[in-house]
Amino acid sequence: MNKVIKVGMADLQFASAPSMLRTSGLGSCVGIILYDERMKTAGMAHIMLPDSSMARNGILNRAKYADTAIADLIEELQKKGASKFRLKAKIAGGAQMFQFASNNEAVRIGPRNVSAVKEHLRSEKIPVIYEDTGGSSGRTIEFNPLDGVLEIRTVNKGVVHV
Amino acid sequence: MKDLRKLKHEHLDILKEIGNIGAAHAATSLSQMLNKTIDMQVPAVNLIPFSELSEALGGEEVVVAAVLLRLEGEVPGNMFFMIPLEDANHLIGSLIMEKDLNLAEHPMHEMGASALSELGNILAGSYLSALSDFTKLNLFPSPPAVACDMTMAVLSFGLVETAQYGDVAIVVDTRIHEESNVAKSPVKGYFFLLPDPESLDTLFSSLGIQVDE
Repeated sequence: MNKVIKVGMADLQFASAPSMLRTSGLGSCVGIILYDERMKTAGMAHIMLPDSSMARNGILNRAKYADTAIADLIEELQKKGASKFRLKAKIAGGAQMFQFASNNEAVRIGPRNVSAVKEHLRSEKIPVIYEDTGGSSGRTIEFNPLDGVLEIRTVNKGVVHV
Repeated sequence: MKDLRKLKHEHLDILKEIGNIGAAHAATSLSQMLNKTIDMQVPAVNLIPFSELSEALGGEEVVVAAVLLRLEGEVPGNMFFMIPLEDANHLIGSLIMEKDLNLAEHPMHEMGASALSELGNILAGSYLSALSDFTKLNLFPSPPAVACDMTMAVLSFGLVETAQYGDVAIVVDTRIHEESNVAKSPVKGYFFLLPDPESLDTLFSSLGIQVDE
């Protein structure tokens, strides 16, 4: 069945062709897609924070942090038959929506999210095929596991396919 | 307040009252500025899971002009004032006499951004000073910052602190709109107060409400 699976904020979902994955309103958050082209299967995470060590409460939603979300994406995809050495990544988001004079840590959360995501992907030896990160625009993304094409929509630049 | 799910009805009622007082003051300010009657809706206070935020706040694709004031002092948090893009273009355009203003353009129209930021500053400022009078707490809002983008992308910026505690945000949602008896759509504005979880204890105890952990 051809359907679009929604990925919420701090959420993580999987889809195989012909289904698609979509997450909307990425600001400082980062959308991470890991996919296996041969199996035509993919996982998408919508992370909010760079590292699970930032959790101040015991209850941990692993999809919220770059490190744990990437680990879970890899593990789940392997369970679904994907091969780790075939996995590729596309990432989008990590914008700085507001320009503040202050040097508050929270202001720089977008760039910090992006560098955390890239660092974890690098240490897992997963190549980043495409990234549209930084800037000051919100993004809505949709990924098609069938052909590995990512659609990125912004308010200003319309729609691009990569 | 580490776990927002422990909040009870009485706590939510207090936050609702805060929204009520704040928005009433803001509506008065806007009414004086535009010389028009401004109505406000009964505030809603909700604990909203992150995954449901976009639906709860008007849909994923809605583009808004937003002003953000980061709150420091005894009640750290974020205060957003948002206007749907079309309403904002109309309202700000008329303030700076620019007929075809489009605030969504990057970089934002300079005069437009400045007027939007001033408008937000005045309205959020009157909301916050009412809150401060009511609670006798010191609030120090940052200078305003503006953005015009998808609602969720804008709001996510204010969730960084909340996200470190859990997966729900407490949103004090107050809406004001131009009174209109003609068919033309009235200008609407939304205030979203997102207190950092740590500031809720201070807020409640300032009003003599116990918080059981």
